[in-house]
Amino acid sequence: MDELSARPQRIRRRRFLDYSFGAALAALAGTVLYPVINYLIPPKTKEITHQAVVAGKAGELPSNSGKIFAFEGRPAIVLRTPDGEVRAFTAVCTHLACNVQYRPDLQHIWCACHDGHYDLHGQVLSGPPPRPLVEYKVTLKGEDIIVSRT
Amino acid sequence: MGVRDWLNERLRYEAAQAFLEKKAVPVHRYAVTYYTGGVTLFFFVVQVLTGLLLLMYYRPASDAAFESVRLIIAKVRFGWLVRNIHVWSANAMVGAAVLHLAATFFSRAYRKPRELTWVSGVLLLGVTLAFAFTGYLLPWNTLAYFATKVGTEIAGDVPVIGRALMVLLRGGEDITAATLIRFFGIHVAILPALATVLLGLHLTLVQIHGMSRPISVRVRGEERFYPEFMLRDFIVWVVLLGGLAVVATLWPWPLGEKADPLAPAPAGLRPEWYFLFMYQTLRMIPGRIAGLEGEAVGVTLFALTGLALLLVPFLDCWAQREHKHPLFPALGAAAFAFVLLMTALALVAGM
Repeated sequence: MDELSARPQRIRRRRFLDYSFGAALAALAGTVLYPVINYLIPPKTKEITHQAVVAGKAGELPSNSGKIFAFEGRPAIVLRTPDGEVRAFTAVCTHLACNVQYRPDLQHIWCACHDGHYDLHGQVLSGPPPRPLVEYKVTLKGEDIIVSRT
Repeated sequence: MGVRDWLNERLRYEAAQAFLEKKAVPVHRYAVTYYTGGVTLFFFVVQVLTGLLLLMYYRPASDAAFESVRLIIAKVRFGWLVRNIHVWSANAMVGAAVLHLAATFFSRAYRKPRELTWVSGVLLLGVTLAFAFTGYLLPWNTLAYFATKVGTEIAGDVPVIGRALMVLLRGGEDITAATLIRFFGIHVAILPALATVLLGLHLTLVQIHGMSRPISVRVRGEERFYPEFMLRDFIVWVVLLGGLAVVATLWPWPLGEKADPLAPAPAGLRPEWYFLFMYQTLRMIPGRIAGLEGEAVGVTLFALTGLALLLVPFLDCWAQREHKHPLFPALGAAAFAFVLLMTALALVAGM
């Protein structure tokens, strides 16, 4: 008690006011920044929810070749293996999101950006990609190659 | 303490602080006019910040501009707030700039050695109006489309260079997609560059010369600019910011309909309030005056008035000798009354 009353009153009031002022400033900054930060978050664009997409004509895809097409607004790759099987994967490399391509000379999928190699099931053969490519379901309906999510 | 010394060694901010503390603001019965400049600056800062935010989503193309503004209002979080504040603050800035001009004019703060402060200030008012005019078209709605058509048509009435000026403004003979891109470029690049240079000059000159004391007004002493005056400046700004937020929330600025160059002009088309007096004057001027086209005469008169306003410090030779002559306040009051009367007439005619 004695120690408290010995303290100069003015300093304590000054410090209280300083803190109040600081808190008010912080509140003001928060009030301004909250809408600004929210504003900067882009609004969701319409989800493209195609159940199935026609990737191309079966006749246009010879064996040992691949073709990039759009699936749900993102690149996907459809390929025909040297054995004649048709498969489809996402074409976005799992490493740093470059577009992959089919290499007829290597007979597998390759990403040019950092030399990532995937086999014909989308599994990583070598290079930096951490995960395999996601495979899609392929159905052949007449001449059409129809790709959908598995 | 270490950080402070380190910074001070490099930034010499203590020198700036000492300068600010030395700067004094006279205290007298008209001292409240000293806030008008800071208020204008506040609205300008709001315009810069909200304008930068709008740039994140706005698309300056005739087939996308309207939709992008609608996206901002409807889809982007707080987009309506940012857009409404930008529009309201633009109006407030024009008002504040005019108040600041009136305060400076009637206290004769333009006299020696502040002539260039005045000139840069009048030019800044011109830049402000140009900001308002070019910004108005950007949402590409019907009102803006036709208002711009009329506005640029008026620019075409400026003697000798009018026609070329109009084509230069429009980026062709008509208001097209090219006009929109042009106005966008002027609004977000050319005018900000001009404003930065002029504002830099204006504020530097204010620091060099300090606040003007009106002639023969009894000064009751003075107070330090920093921190006393500056803190009160900030309080005014915080109140204005709150006011802007309230107004922008309660009275959203309508977007209108997308411009259709082939549609007939909407009825009751009027410019923004700060251009109403010109609009009304041009409407009342007879078609022909002494063998000249009335519209061209009116526009020429306005151009000359603008020039006279720019040259006020050099024309008012009495104030240069620290002498109060009633001619200039009388002229100013007459001009002010004329603007008010014309605006009122335009408002009445529009109702």
